[in-house]
Amino acid sequence: MTARRSQNGRWLLVYAIAYLAFLYGPVVLLPLFSFNDSVFIAFPLSGFTTRWYREMAADRAMHAALMNTLTVGSIAALGSTILGLLAAKALTQGRVPGRSALLGATNLPLFIPEIVLGIALLLLVTTVGIPLSLVSVMIGHLLICLPFALAVLMARFEGFDASLEEASRDLGENSWMTFWRVTFPLVLPGIVASLLLTFIVSFDDFMIAFFLSGTDATLPVYIWGELRFPARLPRVLALGAAIVIVSALVIVLAEWLRRAGTEEPSRAA
Amino acid sequence: MSVAEADRDIEAPGKLARLFQRSEALRQYALLSPSILLLAFALTAPLALLILYSFWAQSGLELRHELTLEQYEAVLSEPFYRDLFLRSVGISALVTLVTVALAYPMAYFVAFRVKRRKFVWLVLLSIPFWTSYLLRVFAWKVILGFNGVINSGLMSLGVISQPLEFLLYNPTAVVITLAHTYAAFAILPIYVSLEKIDRSLLEAAADLGDGPVRRFLRVTLPLSLPGVLGAAVLIFVPTTGDYVTPTLVGGADGVMIANLIQVQFGRVNNWPLGAALALASMAAVGVLAVSVIQAIRLATARIK
Repeated sequence: MTARRSQNGRWLLVYAIAYLAFLYGPVVLLPLFSFNDSVFIAFPLSGFTTRWYREMAADRAMHAALMNTLTVGSIAALGSTILGLLAAKALTQGRVPGRSALLGATNLPLFIPEIVLGIALLLLVTTVGIPLSLVSVMIGHLLICLPFALAVLMARFEGFDASLEEASRDLGENSWMTFWRVTFPLVLPGIVASLLLTFIVSFDDFMIAFFLSGTDATLPVYIWGELRFPARLPRVLALGAAIVIVSALVIVLAEWLRRAGTEEPSRAA
Repeated sequence: MSVAEADRDIEAPGKLARLFQRSEALRQYALLSPSILLLAFALTAPLALLILYSFWAQSGLELRHELTLEQYEAVLSEPFYRDLFLRSVGISALVTLVTVALAYPMAYFVAFRVKRRKFVWLVLLSIPFWTSYLLRVFAWKVILGFNGVINSGLMSLGVISQPLEFLLYNPTAVVITLAHTYAAFAILPIYVSLEKIDRSLLEAAADLGDGPVRRFLRVTLPLSLPGVLGAAVLIFVPTTGDYVTPTLVGGADGVMIANLIQVQFGRVNNWPLGAALALASMAAVGVLAVSVIQAIRLATARIK
C-alpha cells in the first residue's frame, strides 16, 4: 500500500513537472529568441545579439506607448485600490444589506467576455461624449481592476482583529486617526499587493484598450499593431521578454506580500 | 422653553451626523458608494446601452433610433452567424474539457502530495496567468508557425523534411493556445475545492475497504466537483468570446464569434448588429452553461 502510494506520488510529480514545462515553455521562448541573431524565429539558433533590444529601446512609438501604459496603470491601480479599500472595510466589518448582490456585480466583469465589455464601454464613452483616449481606457481599467483589489483587500481585512480598532476608539482616537494609526498599518501589505496586482491587470489588458484607446495606444495595443510586420517580430520578442520578466517579478512580490502575515507561523516551528 | 424643545435645539445641527453614527448600514454604504458609482457608470450603463443599441438599426452612416427587432431577426436567420456561434461553443467546450482534465492532476498534486511550501507551487502556477495574455498567444503563433519553433526544430533534428502545415491556423491551434492561456483558471478553483476536503473522509473510505481508484471516484472526485464546475464556467464563458487567439492563430477555419462582433464595430460599422450578436451569444452561452451545470448536479446528486 505505501509502496503503491509513493509510486503514485512519483508519477504525479513527473506529471507536475511536465505540466510546469507546458506552462512555462512558451513564455521562456520569448527571452530565448529575443537574443537570437536572425529575423526568423526558428531553430537552429544563429548566434547571440542584443540588436533587437537596442532597436526596441530606440523606438519612439514604443516609448509613447510605454508612457501611456504606465500612466493608465498607475491611475487604475491607485483608483481601484482606494475604492477596494473602502468597499472591503464596509463588506468585512459590518452588516451590509445586499452584500452578495454587490459582490456579484463587482465580480461580473470577470465573467463577461472581454470583447463585450470593450464594446459596451465604447458605446458608453461615445454616448456620454468622452473622446477615445487614455481617460476612456482608465474608466474601463478601473472596472476590471476593482474585483482584484476587492478580493485581495477583503482577505486582508478578514485576517485582522476588528477589536483592535474598537480598542483604539475606546482609548479616545477619532475614526480618522483610528484608520490612520491602526487599520492602515495592518492592511498595508494588502494595499501594496493590491496596487501591484491591479497595475499588472491594467498593464496586460489588450481588449479594453483596443476599443477605447483611440490614437493613444497602450503597450499591448502597440504590440498588436507591430505583429502585422514580420520584420519587426524580433523587436516584439525583445519587448515581450522584458515585459514578462518585469511582470513576473512584480507578481512574486505581490503574492509574497499578500501572504505575509496571513501565513500560519509554521516556519518558526 | 420645555426640556423637549431644548433637546431638539441641541440635536438639530448634528442630526444627520447622528443618524449617520447610529445607522450602521448607512455608514457602510457611504464607504461603498464610490464603488457603486463606478459599477453604475462603467458596468450597468454600458450594458444597458448595449441592449438599447441592439434594438436600433443602422442605415448607411445613420443610426436609426427606432426600436426594431431587425438585428435579432438577422442574428437568428443568417446561417453563417449560427455556424460561427456553434463553432465558437464547440471550440470553447473542447478547451474547457482539455484545460480541466490537464489541470486536475496538477491541482491534486499540490493539494495532496505537496507537504511543504505549497505557496511556492501556487505562485509558480499563477505567474503565467499574470504575464501578458497577448504575448502568450503570440508565443504560440511563433511556436506553431510554418517556419516556427516546432517545424524548424524538428527539421533541424532531421525528424521531418517538410514543415508540418497542420499546426497553425486551424481550430486545433486555437484549442491548444486557449488551454494554455486559461490553465490557471482551472488549477486554482480545483485546488481550493480539493484542499477543503476533510482528510478523515478519505481515511474512512480506505478503512472501509475502498482501493485508491474507487476512493478517488466515490469520495475525492464528487467532493471536488464544485471546483471543477467553477473552473469550467470560468473557462467556458470567456473563451467563447475570445478575440485575440482566433485572430492570431485561428486562420480562416478558426474564426470565432468575437471576430464577427469586432468587424461590426470596425470595418462593417454596424454597431446595432454587433450589439445584438454580442448579447445573443452571451445569453445563449449563459443558458448553456447553467443548464449543463444543473444537469451535472442532478446526475451526481443521484449517485450520492
